[in-house]
Amino acid sequence: MEKLNGLRCRECGRHYPAAPVHVCEFCFGPLEVDYRYDALKGVVTRESIAAGPPSMWRYRDLLPIEGAAAVGHHVGFTPLIRAKNLADELGCREVWVKNDSVCHPSWSFKDRVVAVAVTKALEFGFDTVACASTGNLANSVAAHAAEGRLKSYIFIPADLEQGKIVATLVYSPTLVAVHGTYDEVNRLCSEIADKYRWAFVNVNFRPYYSEGSKSYGFEIIEQLGWQTPEHIIVPCAGGSLFTKIWKAIKELKTLGLVDGPVRTKMHAAQALGCGPIVTMIKNDTDVLVPVRPHTIAKSLAIGNPADGYYAYKAAKESGGAGEHATDEEIVEGMLLLARTEGIFTETAGGVTIAAAKKLIERGVIPRDESIVICVTGNGLKTPDALQDRLETHVKIKPSLSAFDRALADLKSQTS
Amino acid sequence: MARMRVRLTFPTALIQEPIVYRLVKDFDLVINIRRADVKADHGWMALELEGDEGALERGVKWLKDRGVQVDPIERDVIVP
Ligand SMILES: Cc1ncc(COP(=O)(O)O)c(C=O)c1O
Ligand SMILES: [Zn+2]
Repeated sequence: MEKLNGLRCRECGRHYPAAPVHVCEFCFGPLEVDYRYDALKGVVTRESIAAGPPSMWRYRDLLPIEGAAAVGHHVGFTPLIRAKNLADELGCREVWVKNDSVCHPSWSFKDRVVAVAVTKALEFGFDTVACASTGNLANSVAAHAAEGRLKSYIFIPADLEQGKIVATLVYSPTLVAVHGTYDEVNRLCSEIADKYRWAFVNVNFRPYYSEGSKSYGFEIIEQLGWQTPEHIIVPCAGGSLFTKIWKAIKELKTLGLVDGPVRTKMHAAQALGCGPIVTMIKNDTDVLVPVRPHTIAKSLAIGNPADGYYAYKAAKESGGAGEHATDEEIVEGMLLLARTEGIFTETAGGVTIAAAKKLIERGVIPRDESIVICVTGNGLKTPDALQDRLETHVKIKPSLSAFDRALADLKSQTS
Repeated sequence: MARMRVRLTFPTALIQEPIVYRLVKDFDLVINIRRADVKADHGWMALELEGDEGALERGVKWLKDRGVQVDPIERDVIVP
């Protein structure tokens, strides 16, 4: 089955063959994968999807790879949890958590995008993959490159703390620490991507890479029994995940796989210290004003998001809103999810929980409607975010009487 | 000759300034604007700069010193 028409410019609509390119030569607009939905309709069915593996690859027909997945065979199909305790706490009827904090192999939704990019790199005959990242993306690229026996180059700013690079270095990539300002490192990496014949996952492979995020959306709908929820709250950095979840829902609708009308409102969640997309939504303007990030939500700290405009459009089109979270609210969000559902998410998840709570309190999300909260990364990677913010434990001498006293004290405090 | 594809973001204060003209005139750069959206209080341009490598660097530095944000066409390449 020929499923791809190639690539298409999102701005001027020009067509390009499926190649490792990402920018329209005419208008410099971003390129996007163009599918032949007419050929897919009736071929991709609920049954064909259900017959696939318990991973993101059950949606292979809707992803831009030609053959089978080459790496990341167990990525995705993460739990969608009916979060009863969290719903009680939020005063809502129906709350779900889509839990990519347990996505294999590197514990964030980035495994979805990277598995597609690396498979595509192998299809195009590349022997080297690369990215510039300080966190989740670096972990995932290094892991998948190791699995695919590809060389990998990971660029980081030279001042990144040692603790942050262990989960990347362990896979033996070539890690290049670049001295310079953030801007200089950024520009250098763009130039490197331009010059070397490498699969720079989020640069020349971006059209393929970003499609991987659709699987997160497909899974939500399938796991809800092919129903669309009334609300999805998504953490945004570059705005790609947000845009692609919306695209996934529309694709399933186009293919006739969704029960009833699409009723989902897409809500964006960002930190107050780096929230240019939410600011666009709140001010109802398509002008994105870049910001200098200043937040504990490091994994969402993109000041000039490439997909900001498209995320804004998707929020508008779906009737959704956006909300910022302060650092304090982010920590409270992380603690709330851990305390109610036993899930330790990273700051990005704290941002989403906090934003959801505020949207509910503002009445933007009615308490009796179905809500999906996107948890996209694992808290164990960055425990420092909670340093000094947790209550200390009870300290006692090794005697039963000491413990009895401590227990009595605790009980009197809580009664 | 070197080429560079960049996205310039202009703050309100610079919207009315002849920035592109100065780039051509003072730095001898060839400029090819591909896409732009300039509103009363904010604007951006996606363009290609072409010229001598040193002149390109000086031109970019001059832009930054003026308060224009200069990003690669992909914008944030470093993903956190
Ligand atoms: C844990 C986590 N959640 C969400 C995001 C947001 O992704 P996007 O850049 O597609 O908006 C990121 C990406 O940086 C991330 O690391
Ligand atoms: Zn174009």
